[in-house]
Amino acid sequence: MTDIALTTAHSPSRNWGRIALRWLLFTLLGLFALFYLMPLFVMVTTSLKSLEEIRTGSLVAFPREVTFEAWRTAWSGACTGIQCEGLRPYFWNSVILAIPAVLISTILGALNGYVIAQWKFKGANLIFSLMLFGCFIPFQVVLLPMARTLGIMGIAGTIPGLIFVHVIYGIGFTTLFFRNYYVTIPQELVKAAKVDGAGFFRIFWSIFLPLSLPIIVVTVIWQFTQIWNDFLFGVSFSQAGTQPVTVALNNIVNSTTGVKEYNVDMAAAIIAALPTLLVYVVAGKYFIRGLTAGSVKG
Amino acid sequence: MTEWLERHVPKMVLAPSFAAILVFVYGFIAWTAWVSLTRSRLLPKYEIEGLIQYERLFASPRFDTAMVNLFIFGTLFIIISMVLGLLIAILLDQKIRTEGVLRTIYLYPMALSMIVTGTAWKWIMNPGLGIEKMVRDWGFENFSFDWVIDPDMAIYAVVIAGVWQASGFVMALFLAGLRSVDGEIIKAAQVDGIPNWRIYSAIIIPSMAPIFLSAFIVLAHLAIKSFDLVIALTGGGPGYATDLPATYMYAMAFSRGDIGQAASSAMVMMAVVFAIIVPYLYSELRTKHD
Repeated sequence: MTDIALTTAHSPSRNWGRIALRWLLFTLLGLFALFYLMPLFVMVTTSLKSLEEIRTGSLVAFPREVTFEAWRTAWSGACTGIQCEGLRPYFWNSVILAIPAVLISTILGALNGYVIAQWKFKGANLIFSLMLFGCFIPFQVVLLPMARTLGIMGIAGTIPGLIFVHVIYGIGFTTLFFRNYYVTIPQELVKAAKVDGAGFFRIFWSIFLPLSLPIIVVTVIWQFTQIWNDFLFGVSFSQAGTQPVTVALNNIVNSTTGVKEYNVDMAAAIIAALPTLLVYVVAGKYFIRGLTAGSVKG
Repeated sequence: MTEWLERHVPKMVLAPSFAAILVFVYGFIAWTAWVSLTRSRLLPKYEIEGLIQYERLFASPRFDTAMVNLFIFGTLFIIISMVLGLLIAILLDQKIRTEGVLRTIYLYPMALSMIVTGTAWKWIMNPGLGIEKMVRDWGFENFSFDWVIDPDMAIYAVVIAGVWQASGFVMALFLAGLRSVDGEIIKAAQVDGIPNWRIYSAIIIPSMAPIFLSAFIVLAHLAIKSFDLVIALTGGGPGYATDLPATYMYAMAFSRGDIGQAASSAMVMMAVVFAIIVPYLYSELRTKHD
């Protein structure tokens, strides 16, 4: 930590200047906070208004009369095309899709990272580079063959198919996270354990896993956010009934039939955002660590 | 036997993931590259015909718009996010007591799906009921803000939403960078009476070059992959005014039934990503081996 704020003020005029600067600083920070909060505020207030009030009132006004009607419709009645069951079934699709996908990709990443960081063999670095590279490809380049492959495997348009896709394209990042974490653990640990007769899995289970809680949290949060928020895979590889919540949200918002119910759109958007927002509020520290680890490697 | 097994277990653990990456990343890229050289339309064909798809692609006004949009969006998105992120990071670095709260506020958009962001901003920028109406109600009757439905301005609406989503993340990167600068140097500079803005511009910011590079890479990568944001905010429209290569590819693959165009536009996207990522990865991996 470095303190760059001036701490010495010699003359009264200098002091006034400092106070003015301080005010300017807080004003700017406050304005930026407003900029970031405004959309959330507008979403929440709009979702609590009636359509009538939306048409007559101001965008940024508090609701005169709070109604949860839009929330009810968004959850269980809004139309995503021809079906009008609200977000609920799609929300659960996302849940049963995200949980196994996060678990499997995290476990694979932990094992891969453990091998690459601690059981180096000839070519391990090359394999790691190839996996790392896979994180950066634009997924458009695999969409077409993946659609055909899922068809051949018989899981096109199903939730297991989506889980499969998310696991495959999540391995790169989860491996990267665990590898970078395990590489900081001295190799002597493995050597000593080997001398004591412990094997590959035993060492992983009783030495590495107990040390891994922080990186597991980071990885799980990262993967969960990625998978929950995914739209490209969801829209490409699902069909009516198996769509994740982001796809259903987009369908509700952009469905062209009937009156545009902006309050329902906003309630639906908040519902779709709640799980990741919750994770962020509860475990923001780990969320940020994942973001920065995913971008600043080494 | 057990000894052999023990020696090869690490490789066998890594093998399935590696095989999966080989097939589903590299094999699939090869498939797409191959098909981009054929006359595939609704169904893939495998006879190589040369660069015909790329000729069609670069002759297409729609793809031309998509590339120009990517350039406009990418440039503005990266520059504004970086400037805003750096500015906020420096402001937050002034011993603010409420830093934790403010940081949480600046960064939460990064936890949202781009579909949610697009939905929210689509409503805020709604010409009839959003900001435009609000300002008109304040008495500025001629005020107009209809970027989302104006073909010439819609791409800038996408920039606004994109910056809102990603700039807090850049702020977090820069803040971590500011904090990692050697405190002794800064103290020495302060003792010498060097003003704060000079300390920032001459000492701290130049020492953060690697962070600028990281931020640039992440933002460029986000810009090229931006698909959801455009779909939710403008649907690529009006017309195809806000198409990006990503939405062009999707339209060709899944609604136009033009696999050849989809494959070739995906390859162009990958070429753009490579041009940015490869030098970066190369330098990263090389410095690590030293």
